[in-house]
Amino acid sequence: MSLLIRGGLVLTGSGMVNADVLVEGDGVTAIGLDLQADSEIDASGCWVGPGLVDLHTHLRQPGFEWKEDIASGSRAAAAGGYTAVLAMPNTEPAVDSGAVARFVASEGRSAGLCEVAVAGAISAGRNGEYLAHLDELWEAGARIFTDDGNCLANSGLLRAAMEYLAGRGGVIAQHCEDTGLSDGGHMHEGAVSSLLGIGGIPALAEESILARDLALVRLTGVAYHAMHLSTAGSVDLIARAKAEGLPVTAEATPHHLTFDDATVRSLDPTYKMYPPLRGIADLEALRSGVAGGVIDAVATDHAPHAPHECEVPFEEAPRGVIGLETAAAAVNTALSPTPEVFFDRMSTAPARIARLQRHGLPVEPGGPANLVVFAPGQDWIPVSFISKSANSPFLGAELRGRVMHTIWEGKVTHSTVEARA
Amino acid sequence: MSHLLTVEGLPREEIEEILDTAESFMEVLERDIPKVPALRGSTVATMFFEASTRTRLSFERAAKALSADVMTFNPGTSSVSKGESLKDTALTLQAMGCNLMVVRHQAVGAAHRIAEWVDCPVVNAGDGAHQHPTQALIDCLALRRRFGKLDGLRVSVVGDIRHSRVARSDAFAFTAMGASVTWVAPATLLPPSLEMFPVTATADLEPQLPDSDVIYLLRVQSERGATSGLPSSSEFAARYGMDLDRLARLPSEAVVMHPGPINRGVELAGAVADDPRSLIVEQVGVGVAVRMAVLFRLSGGQL
Repeated sequence: MSLLIRGGLVLTGSGMVNADVLVEGDGVTAIGLDLQADSEIDASGCWVGPGLVDLHTHLRQPGFEWKEDIASGSRAAAAGGYTAVLAMPNTEPAVDSGAVARFVASEGRSAGLCEVAVAGAISAGRNGEYLAHLDELWEAGARIFTDDGNCLANSGLLRAAMEYLAGRGGVIAQHCEDTGLSDGGHMHEGAVSSLLGIGGIPALAEESILARDLALVRLTGVAYHAMHLSTAGSVDLIARAKAEGLPVTAEATPHHLTFDDATVRSLDPTYKMYPPLRGIADLEALRSGVAGGVIDAVATDHAPHAPHECEVPFEEAPRGVIGLETAAAAVNTALSPTPEVFFDRMSTAPARIARLQRHGLPVEPGGPANLVVFAPGQDWIPVSFISKSANSPFLGAELRGRVMHTIWEGKVTHSTVEARA
Repeated sequence: MSHLLTVEGLPREEIEEILDTAESFMEVLERDIPKVPALRGSTVATMFFEASTRTRLSFERAAKALSADVMTFNPGTSSVSKGESLKDTALTLQAMGCNLMVVRHQAVGAAHRIAEWVDCPVVNAGDGAHQHPTQALIDCLALRRRFGKLDGLRVSVVGDIRHSRVARSDAFAFTAMGASVTWVAPATLLPPSLEMFPVTATADLEPQLPDSDVIYLLRVQSERGATSGLPSSSEFAARYGMDLDRLARLPSEAVVMHPGPINRGVELAGAVADDPRSLIVEQVGVGVAVRMAVLFRLSGGQL
C-alpha cells in the first residue's frame, strides 16, 4: 500500500516546496509533482511537515486512569498532529524504575498511534530525597529526567543528579517552583489575585529556582531543560544563559502563549494550572521568546483532570489543563508563525531535546513517514475532545488552523473527517 | 438582580434601593408579630460549607421573618463528608425544591460556580477572602442610619485586609456610596496589589486617627495564614489595636465598627467595643433586615 499526500506545502531539507509526498511502508520514498499511489490525501492549502513532538505529556497511567490512559492519550496526540509524546513520570507508582518505564513504553506500543517516549523521575517516588534508579531508567530508554509536578528543590540532590547524568548525555528537566513562595497560591500574584482574594504565586517562585538551576548547570555542564516557563524574567534568564553558552533549552505552553491572568476573573477552574497564567507583559515576552527561538519548543503540559474533579470552587480545583488536541491551532493562532518556525518549535526542536531520532526531520526520500498535514488557514472552534478529559481553556475558543491528518511510521493515525471549509 | 455574588460593580442606586427595602423591614421587625407573608411557600437553603453560626442564623431569621421555609444544609453531617462534589450537592438541594440558596464556603468562587449550575437565585454569604456582599450592605445601612449618608465619610479599615472578604466588599460598597476608604495594615496584611481597588493604603494608624470618621476593625484570620505575616499578636495589638487612648484621638462624632466575631484585647480593647461610639451591636441589629431585603428582592419582590 502506498499513500500520496497531494498538493501541500512541504517542509524539506531545502525549505518549503509545493510538492506531493509519496509514503511507502514506514518511510517517505519520493517527493515530486504528479506522483501516483494506491490512496491519496488532499493537502491543498496545507503545510506538510514532520509529525509534532510533545515534550510534556501527562498520560496518567499507571495510577490515574480515570483522567487519561496511554491509549486515550495516544488517540488525543494523534488527533493533535503528534507522532511522539514524552510521558511525564508523575504517575502512581512514579516512573522511577526500569519496570515502570518499560510498562509505559510497552502500553504505548500497544496503543500503536504514536511513539510514547518516557521521561524518568530524578528522585525516588519524586520525593526529592534520594536518586531514582537512573541507570535502569536509562536502559529502559529514558533520556530526560524530571520530577515534574514537583520541583526538585534540594540543591545537593539536584547537583548529584546533574553530575551523574552529565557523563551519560542525559537531560535534566525542571518544574521550577519555589514552594516557599508558591504555598497557598492558586494563581499569578498580582492585581487580579488581590482583587479576588486568591492566594498568589509570584513570578519569583519560578525565576528563583531557574536562576539557582542555571548556576548548577554552569557547575556541572549537564544539558538542562526548563519546563513550562511563564514569566518575562525567565525568558530573560534563558536568553542570558544561552548567550553564555550554557547547554540550556526551554519550553512554553500554548495556554501561556494565549491567556493572561485576567481570565481567572471568571473563577472558572479551566484557567487554573502551574505555573499560573501570568500578566500581559509575561505573555508578550513568551510570544517573543518562542518566535525568536530563545524558547526552543512549545510543549502542551497536557494535564487531564476528570470533569467531576473540576466541579469545585477555583481554589479547590486541581492544577492543569489538556492541550494535545489544540496545541497546533493555538500556536498558529497566537503567533501566526511561518511554517519553518511552526515546525521547528513544535517538532524539530522538541525531537532534538528529547533525543528522538526518527522525529522532527525534514520531509525527504529515505526519511521516516512521521508526518502531519496542517491547514493553517482553517478556522476551527473545538467543541469536544478525544481525550478522556475536557479541562481545556480552548473549548469553544475561536482558533485558526487545524490538524487534518497525522501519519506515524507510514500509518494514518488521524484524519479530520469534517468537510473542509 | 438574579444573584448577589459580589458588590464590585453594584451601582449606588441598587445599593440605596436595598437599604430602603431593609429600612421598611426594620419597621416590620419592631412589630408585635415580626413577620410578613412575602415569601410564604418559598424555600431558602442555607449552605454553610465553612463554619459560621451568626451569619447563618441571621439569614435564617430573615427567611423566617419573610415566612419562607428554611432548609439547613450541614456539610459536617452530610454527604460532603462522604466525598460528594459541590455540583452534586447543589443539584441535590435544587431537586428537593429549594427556591434560593445562601452559600458560604472557605474557597473563593464557590457561590459563583453554584450560580452557574442551578436555576434559582444564589446569595454569596462569603467565599474565601473574596466577597461577603450582605456584610457590606449591612455596614452601609448602619452608617447611613448613624450619619444620614455616606457621602464624604472618611473610613479607615484596620488590620488583616489581605484575608478579609469584608474589606474587599466594603471597599466597593463604601466608595460607591460616596465615602473614601483608607486601608491601614502592615504590607504582609495588605493585598499584594491595590491596583484594582478604589482605596489608598498606609502602614501607620496613628496619623489616620484624627482624620477618620469611621474606624473599621478586622480580625486577624490566623486560619487563613495571617499570623505568618506578623511577628506576634501582641505586637499587632500594640501597633494596630484600638484602645481608649486611640479612641480619644478620633473626631468626636466618629464611630468604631467590626464585622464580628471580635477578639477583645487584640484588634480592640473590650472597653472600645462597649463604648457608645461602637456601632458593632447596630451592625448585627440591621443584619436581619438587610438580609430580608436581599432575599425579598432576589425572589422577585418589589415594595
